[in-house]
Amino acid sequence: MDLRLAPNAIAMTSKEFIAWSTDVMAELMRATGVKKAIDKISAPIWSWALRNANYPLHFGVACCALEMAAASAPRFDAERLGMIYRSSPRQTDVLLVNGWVTAKLRPDLRRLYEQMAEPRWVVAMGECAISGGPWYDSYNTVQGVDTFIPVDVYIPGCPPRPEAMIDGFMKLHKKIHKEMRGTFLED
Amino acid sequence: MRTEVGKVEQRQGLAAGGKSGETIAKSMLEKFPNGVKVTSTAANRVNATVDRGLLYKVAEFLKNEMDFEHVTSVSGVDWYPENRMQAVFHITSYANRVTAEIIVDLPRDSPEVDSVTPLWGGANWNERETYDMFGIIFKGHPRLERILTAPGSDYFPYRKDFAGGRRV
Repeated sequence: MDLRLAPNAIAMTSKEFIAWSTDVMAELMRATGVKKAIDKISAPIWSWALRNANYPLHFGVACCALEMAAASAPRFDAERLGMIYRSSPRQTDVLLVNGWVTAKLRPDLRRLYEQMAEPRWVVAMGECAISGGPWYDSYNTVQGVDTFIPVDVYIPGCPPRPEAMIDGFMKLHKKIHKEMRGTFLED
Repeated sequence: MRTEVGKVEQRQGLAAGGKSGETIAKSMLEKFPNGVKVTSTAANRVNATVDRGLLYKVAEFLKNEMDFEHVTSVSGVDWYPENRMQAVFHITSYANRVTAEIIVDLPRDSPEVDSVTPLWGGANWNERETYDMFGIIFKGHPRLERILTAPGSDYFPYRKDFAGGRRV
Protein backbone atom coordinates (compact mmCIF):
# COMPACT_ATOMS: atom_id res chain seq x y z
CA MET A 1 0.00 0.00 0.00
CA ASP A 2 1.33 3.39 -0.99
CA LEU A 3 0.55 5.58 2.03
CA ARG A 4 1.82 8.75 0.36
CA LEU A 5 -1.51 8.96 -1.56
CA ALA A 6 -3.77 8.49 1.47
CA PRO A 7 -4.60 12.18 2.23
CA ASN A 8 -5.65 12.73 -1.43
CA ALA A 9 -7.86 9.67 -1.37
CA ILE A 10 -9.81 10.90 1.68
CA ALA A 11 -10.23 14.52 0.50
CA MET A 12 -13.52 15.44 -1.27
CA THR A 13 -14.65 18.37 -3.36
CA SER A 14 -17.38 20.54 -1.80
CA LYS A 15 -19.98 19.13 -4.21
CA GLU A 16 -19.03 15.61 -3.36
CA PHE A 17 -19.23 16.44 0.34
CA ILE A 18 -22.73 17.94 0.04
CA ALA A 19 -24.00 14.92 -1.91
CA TRP A 20 -22.43 12.54 0.58
CA SER A 21 -23.75 14.36 3.66
CA THR A 22 -27.25 14.63 2.13
CA ASP A 23 -27.24 10.90 1.57
CA VAL A 24 -26.08 10.29 5.12
CA MET A 25 -28.81 12.59 6.52
CA ALA A 26 -31.55 11.01 4.39
CA GLU A 27 -30.50 7.51 5.28
CA LEU A 28 -30.25 8.44 8.93
CA MET A 29 -33.75 9.97 8.90
CA ARG A 30 -35.22 6.97 7.14
CA ALA A 31 -33.50 4.54 9.43
CA THR A 32 -34.55 6.30 12.62
CA GLY A 33 -38.15 7.05 11.50
CA VAL A 34 -37.70 10.85 11.74
CA LYS A 35 -38.71 11.22 8.06
CA LYS A 36 -42.08 9.66 8.64
CA ALA A 37 -42.66 11.89 11.62
CA ILE A 38 -41.77 15.04 9.68
CA ASP A 39 -43.97 14.10 6.72
CA LYS A 40 -46.84 13.29 9.03
CA ILE A 41 -46.70 16.81 10.39
CA SER A 42 -45.70 18.84 7.34
CA ALA A 43 -47.88 17.24 4.66
CA PRO A 44 -51.26 17.99 6.28
CA ILE A 45 -50.14 21.49 7.21
CA TRP A 46 -49.06 22.28 3.66
CA SER A 47 -52.16 20.71 2.21
CA TRP A 48 -54.37 22.66 4.62
CA ALA A 49 -52.62 25.90 3.70
CA LEU A 50 -52.89 25.23 -0.04
CA ARG A 51 -56.55 24.29 0.19
CA ASN A 52 -57.60 27.29 2.21
CA ALA A 53 -55.85 29.89 0.11
CA ASN A 54 -56.46 28.87 -3.48
CA TYR A 55 -56.72 32.22 -5.18
CA PRO A 56 -58.52 32.10 -8.53
CA LEU A 57 -57.54 34.44 -11.32
CA HIS A 58 -60.05 37.25 -11.70
CA PHE A 59 -60.73 36.57 -15.36
CA GLY A 60 -64.40 36.77 -16.28
CA VAL A 61 -64.97 35.58 -19.82
CA ALA A 62 -68.72 35.30 -20.20
CA CYS A 63 -72.03 34.99 -18.33
CA CYS A 64 -70.68 32.43 -15.82
CA ALA A 65 -68.56 35.32 -14.52
CA LEU A 66 -71.77 36.77 -13.08
CA GLU A 67 -72.21 33.61 -11.02
CA MET A 68 -68.59 33.99 -9.96
CA ALA A 69 -69.44 37.51 -8.82
CA ALA A 70 -72.57 36.29 -7.04
CA ALA A 71 -70.50 33.62 -5.25
CA SER A 72 -68.28 36.38 -3.87
CA ALA A 73 -71.24 38.48 -2.74
CA PRO A 74 -72.50 38.34 0.88
CA ARG A 75 -75.14 35.68 0.27
CA PHE A 76 -72.61 32.96 -0.63
CA ASP A 77 -69.38 34.65 0.44
CA ALA A 78 -66.84 32.35 -1.17
CA GLU A 79 -64.05 34.28 0.50
CA ARG A 80 -64.71 32.39 3.74
CA LEU A 81 -63.47 29.30 1.85
CA GLY A 82 -60.28 30.96 0.73
CA MET A 83 -61.34 32.04 -2.75
CA ILE A 84 -59.93 35.51 -3.11
CA TYR A 85 -59.70 36.77 -6.67
CA ARG A 86 -56.39 38.24 -7.75
CA SER A 87 -55.87 40.13 -10.96
CA SER A 88 -52.36 38.95 -11.76
CA PRO A 89 -51.67 35.37 -12.88
CA ARG A 90 -48.42 35.50 -10.88
CA GLN A 91 -50.37 35.65 -7.62
CA THR A 92 -52.96 32.96 -8.33
CA ASP A 93 -53.27 29.19 -7.94
CA VAL A 94 -56.48 28.44 -9.81
CA LEU A 95 -57.38 29.37 -13.38
CA LEU A 96 -61.17 29.59 -13.36
CA VAL A 97 -62.35 29.55 -16.98
CA ASN A 98 -65.95 30.67 -17.01
CA GLY A 99 -67.22 30.98 -20.55
CA TRP A 100 -66.62 30.23 -24.18
CA VAL A 101 -63.07 30.44 -25.47
CA THR A 102 -62.78 31.93 -28.93
CA ALA A 103 -59.99 31.15 -31.33
CA LYS A 104 -58.67 34.65 -30.66
CA LEU A 105 -58.63 34.15 -26.88
CA ARG A 106 -57.02 30.70 -26.94
CA PRO A 107 -53.33 31.73 -27.17
CA ASP A 108 -53.79 34.41 -24.50
CA LEU A 109 -55.47 31.97 -22.12
CA ARG A 110 -52.67 29.48 -22.70
CA ARG A 111 -50.17 32.21 -21.88
CA LEU A 112 -52.06 33.14 -18.68
CA TYR A 113 -51.93 29.49 -17.64
CA GLU A 114 -48.20 29.37 -18.28
CA GLN A 115 -47.64 32.58 -16.32
CA MET A 116 -49.20 31.11 -13.19
CA ALA A 117 -46.74 29.76 -10.64
CA GLU A 118 -46.80 26.07 -9.70
CA PRO A 119 -48.70 24.45 -8.08
CA ARG A 120 -51.66 25.48 -10.22
CA TRP A 121 -55.06 24.03 -10.98
CA VAL A 122 -57.64 24.68 -13.70
CA VAL A 123 -61.39 24.73 -13.16
CA ALA A 124 -63.68 24.68 -16.21
CA MET A 125 -66.98 26.29 -15.25
CA GLY A 126 -70.10 26.02 -17.41
CA GLU A 127 -70.92 24.13 -20.58
CA CYS A 128 -68.96 26.42 -22.87
CA ALA A 129 -65.69 25.93 -21.03
CA ILE A 130 -66.30 22.16 -20.79
CA SER A 131 -67.29 21.36 -24.36
CA GLY A 132 -68.21 24.47 -26.33
CA GLY A 133 -71.81 24.39 -25.12
CA PRO A 134 -74.36 25.85 -27.53
CA TRP A 135 -71.51 26.72 -29.90
CA TYR A 136 -70.61 23.09 -30.46
CA ASP A 137 -70.16 23.62 -34.22
CA SER A 138 -69.16 27.26 -34.28
CA TYR A 139 -66.49 28.55 -36.60
CA ASN A 140 -64.80 30.55 -33.86
CA THR A 141 -65.38 28.77 -30.52
CA VAL A 142 -62.93 26.26 -29.11
CA GLN A 143 -64.62 22.98 -28.15
CA GLY A 144 -63.64 22.96 -24.48
CA VAL A 145 -60.71 24.26 -22.47
CA ASP A 146 -59.25 20.77 -22.08
CA THR A 147 -58.28 20.79 -25.76
CA PHE A 148 -55.32 23.01 -24.93
CA ILE A 149 -54.76 23.10 -21.13
CA PRO A 150 -55.21 20.33 -18.53
CA VAL A 151 -58.40 20.69 -16.47
CA ASP A 152 -58.77 19.45 -12.88
CA VAL A 153 -62.41 20.08 -12.06
CA TYR A 154 -65.45 20.47 -14.33
CA ILE A 155 -68.50 22.35 -13.02
CA PRO A 156 -71.49 21.60 -15.28
CA GLY A 157 -74.41 23.99 -15.69
CA CYS A 158 -75.50 26.77 -17.99
CA PRO A 159 -74.58 28.69 -15.96
CA PRO A 160 -73.89 26.78 -12.71
CA ARG A 161 -75.39 28.31 -9.60
CA PRO A 162 -72.97 29.81 -7.07
CA GLU A 163 -73.56 26.77 -4.84
CA ALA A 164 -72.43 24.54 -7.70
CA MET A 165 -69.34 26.63 -8.17
CA ILE A 166 -68.50 26.45 -4.47
CA ASP A 167 -69.15 22.70 -4.59
CA GLY A 168 -66.70 22.44 -7.48
CA PHE A 169 -64.09 24.21 -5.42
CA MET A 170 -64.76 21.82 -2.53
CA LYS A 171 -64.03 18.99 -4.98
CA LEU A 172 -60.80 20.77 -5.82
CA HIS A 173 -60.03 21.00 -2.09
CA LYS A 174 -60.40 17.21 -1.83
CA LYS A 175 -58.12 16.75 -4.80
CA ILE A 176 -55.48 19.04 -3.32
CA HIS A 177 -55.75 17.21 0.00
CA LYS A 178 -55.15 13.88 -1.73
CA GLU A 179 -52.03 15.15 -3.47
CA MET A 180 -50.29 15.81 -0.07
CA ARG A 181 -47.75 18.20 -1.48
CA GLY A 182 -46.04 18.70 1.90
CA THR A 183 -44.24 15.37 1.50
CA PHE A 184 -40.69 16.67 1.04
CA LEU A 185 -38.42 13.66 1.21
CA GLU A 186 -39.00 11.22 -1.58
CA ASP A 187 -38.85 7.52 -0.78
CA MET B 1 -87.07 78.28 -10.16
CA ARG B 2 -87.87 75.60 -12.68
CA THR B 3 -87.40 76.50 -16.28
CA GLU B 4 -90.16 75.89 -18.76
CA VAL B 5 -89.90 72.41 -20.21
CA GLY B 6 -90.46 72.41 -23.96
CA LYS B 7 -93.06 70.42 -25.78
CA VAL B 8 -92.44 66.71 -26.22
CA GLU B 9 -92.27 67.10 -30.00
CA GLN B 10 -89.70 69.81 -29.67
CA ARG B 11 -87.52 67.79 -27.32
CA GLN B 12 -87.60 64.72 -29.52
CA GLY B 13 -87.22 66.54 -32.79
CA LEU B 14 -85.63 69.80 -33.72
CA ALA B 15 -83.20 71.40 -31.33
CA ALA B 16 -83.36 75.15 -30.85
CA GLY B 17 -81.45 76.76 -33.69
CA GLY B 18 -80.70 73.41 -35.34
CA LYS B 19 -81.48 72.21 -38.81
CA SER B 20 -84.20 69.66 -39.45
CA GLY B 21 -83.75 66.52 -41.46
CA GLU B 22 -85.58 68.05 -44.42
CA THR B 23 -83.30 71.11 -44.43
CA ILE B 24 -80.20 68.96 -44.32
CA ALA B 25 -81.47 66.76 -47.16
CA LYS B 26 -82.23 69.83 -49.25
CA SER B 27 -78.78 71.35 -48.78
CA MET B 28 -77.17 67.97 -49.43
CA LEU B 29 -78.99 67.74 -52.76
CA GLU B 30 -78.02 71.32 -53.62
CA LYS B 31 -74.35 70.63 -52.91
CA PHE B 32 -74.30 67.24 -54.66
CA PRO B 33 -76.85 67.24 -57.48
CA ASN B 34 -75.46 64.02 -58.96
CA GLY B 35 -74.70 60.87 -57.03
CA VAL B 36 -76.78 61.54 -53.92
CA LYS B 37 -80.30 60.16 -53.67
CA VAL B 38 -82.41 61.01 -50.64
CA THR B 39 -84.82 58.15 -50.05
CA SER B 40 -86.78 59.56 -47.13
CA THR B 41 -86.61 62.27 -44.49
CA ALA B 42 -88.19 63.09 -41.16
CA ALA B 43 -87.62 65.80 -38.57
CA ASN B 44 -84.76 63.80 -37.10
CA ARG B 45 -83.79 61.47 -39.95
CA VAL B 46 -82.13 61.67 -43.36
CA ASN B 47 -81.88 58.45 -45.33
CA ALA B 48 -79.71 58.75 -48.40
CA THR B 49 -77.92 56.59 -50.94
CA VAL B 50 -74.53 57.92 -52.02
CA ASP B 51 -72.20 56.89 -54.84
CA ARG B 52 -69.03 55.41 -53.44
CA GLY B 53 -66.80 57.97 -55.11
CA LEU B 54 -68.70 60.76 -53.36
CA LEU B 55 -68.89 59.27 -49.86
CA TYR B 56 -65.89 61.04 -48.38
CA LYS B 57 -66.98 64.42 -49.78
CA VAL B 58 -70.51 63.95 -48.44
CA ALA B 59 -69.09 62.97 -45.05
CA GLU B 60 -66.85 66.04 -45.02
CA PHE B 61 -69.83 68.21 -45.92
CA LEU B 62 -71.90 66.68 -43.13
CA LYS B 63 -69.14 67.20 -40.61
CA ASN B 64 -68.00 70.70 -41.51
CA GLU B 65 -71.20 72.38 -42.68
CA MET B 66 -74.01 70.41 -41.06
CA ASP B 67 -72.51 69.87 -37.56
CA PHE B 68 -72.55 66.07 -37.53
CA GLU B 69 -70.31 65.17 -34.62
CA HIS B 70 -70.10 61.43 -34.47
CA VAL B 71 -70.62 58.09 -36.17
CA THR B 72 -73.06 55.87 -34.33
CA SER B 73 -72.44 52.72 -36.31
CA VAL B 74 -70.93 51.36 -39.48
CA SER B 75 -72.33 48.10 -40.76
CA GLY B 76 -72.74 46.12 -43.92
CA VAL B 77 -75.37 44.25 -45.90
CA ASP B 78 -74.68 41.34 -48.23
CA TRP B 79 -77.16 41.13 -51.12
CA TYR B 80 -75.83 37.80 -52.26
CA PRO B 81 -78.35 36.91 -55.05
CA GLU B 82 -78.01 40.37 -56.60
CA ASN B 83 -74.21 40.18 -56.38
CA ARG B 84 -73.79 43.45 -54.50
CA MET B 85 -73.03 44.69 -51.01
CA GLN B 86 -73.86 47.80 -49.04
CA ALA B 87 -71.94 49.74 -46.44
CA VAL B 88 -74.26 51.59 -44.05
CA PHE B 89 -73.06 54.59 -42.04
CA HIS B 90 -75.20 56.08 -39.28
CA ILE B 91 -73.90 59.56 -38.61
CA THR B 92 -75.46 61.61 -35.86
CA SER B 93 -75.63 65.28 -35.01
CA TYR B 94 -76.28 66.35 -31.44
CA ALA B 95 -76.62 70.01 -32.46
CA ASN B 96 -79.45 69.24 -34.91
CA ARG B 97 -80.71 66.05 -33.25
CA VAL B 98 -80.63 64.37 -36.62
CA THR B 99 -79.34 60.93 -37.61
CA ALA B 100 -78.24 60.50 -41.22
CA GLU B 101 -78.21 57.01 -42.69
CA ILE B 102 -75.79 56.97 -45.60
CA ILE B 103 -75.87 53.82 -47.73
CA VAL B 104 -73.18 53.07 -50.27
CA ASP B 105 -73.70 50.38 -52.90
CA LEU B 106 -70.67 48.27 -53.67
CA PRO B 107 -70.01 45.53 -56.21
CA ARG B 108 -69.46 42.20 -54.50
CA ASP B 109 -66.19 41.37 -56.25
CA SER B 110 -64.44 44.60 -55.15
CA PRO B 111 -66.15 45.88 -51.99
CA GLU B 112 -64.01 48.95 -51.42
CA VAL B 113 -65.21 52.20 -49.91
CA ASP B 114 -63.56 55.28 -48.41
CA SER B 115 -63.03 55.21 -44.66
CA VAL B 116 -64.60 57.98 -42.58
CA THR B 117 -62.21 57.35 -39.67
CA PRO B 118 -60.02 60.38 -40.58
CA LEU B 119 -63.12 62.53 -39.97
CA TRP B 120 -64.65 60.74 -36.97
CA GLY B 121 -62.39 58.61 -34.79
CA GLY B 122 -65.38 56.70 -33.48
CA ALA B 123 -65.76 54.90 -36.79
CA ASN B 124 -62.44 53.13 -36.30
CA TRP B 125 -63.54 49.93 -34.58
CA ASN B 126 -66.91 49.86 -36.36
CA GLU B 127 -65.14 49.80 -39.71
CA ARG B 128 -62.73 47.15 -38.51
CA GLU B 129 -65.64 44.99 -37.42
CA THR B 130 -67.42 45.47 -40.75
CA TYR B 131 -64.22 44.49 -42.51
CA ASP B 132 -63.89 41.49 -40.20
CA MET B 133 -67.42 40.23 -40.78
CA PHE B 134 -68.19 41.26 -44.37
CA GLY B 135 -64.79 41.78 -45.97
CA ILE B 136 -65.63 45.36 -46.96
CA ILE B 137 -62.34 47.22 -47.39
CA PHE B 138 -62.24 50.77 -46.03
CA LYS B 139 -59.61 52.72 -47.93
CA GLY B 140 -57.69 55.20 -45.79
CA HIS B 141 -58.37 53.39 -42.52
CA PRO B 142 -55.32 53.70 -40.20
CA ARG B 143 -55.32 50.05 -39.10
CA LEU B 144 -57.63 47.75 -41.01
CA GLU B 145 -57.06 44.44 -39.23
CA ARG B 146 -59.17 41.63 -37.80
CA ILE B 147 -60.81 42.68 -34.54
CA LEU B 148 -63.14 39.87 -33.38
CA THR B 149 -61.94 36.76 -35.18
CA ALA B 150 -58.43 35.39 -34.77
CA PRO B 151 -55.65 37.15 -36.69
CA GLY B 152 -54.91 35.34 -39.94
CA SER B 153 -58.47 34.06 -40.48
CA ASP B 154 -59.35 33.62 -44.13
CA TYR B 155 -63.15 33.87 -43.94
CA PHE B 156 -65.84 36.55 -43.60
CA PRO B 157 -68.60 35.01 -41.45
CA TYR B 158 -71.48 37.40 -42.25
CA ARG B 159 -71.29 36.84 -45.99
CA LYS B 160 -74.20 34.80 -47.24
CA ASP B 161 -71.99 32.31 -49.06
CA PHE B 162 -70.01 31.58 -45.88
CA ALA B 163 -70.28 27.89 -45.01
CA GLY B 164 -70.69 27.53 -41.23
CA GLY B 165 -69.49 24.63 -39.13
CA ARG B 166 -66.61 23.78 -36.89
CA ARG B 167 -63.24 25.24 -37.80
CA VAL B 168 -61.28 25.30 -34.50
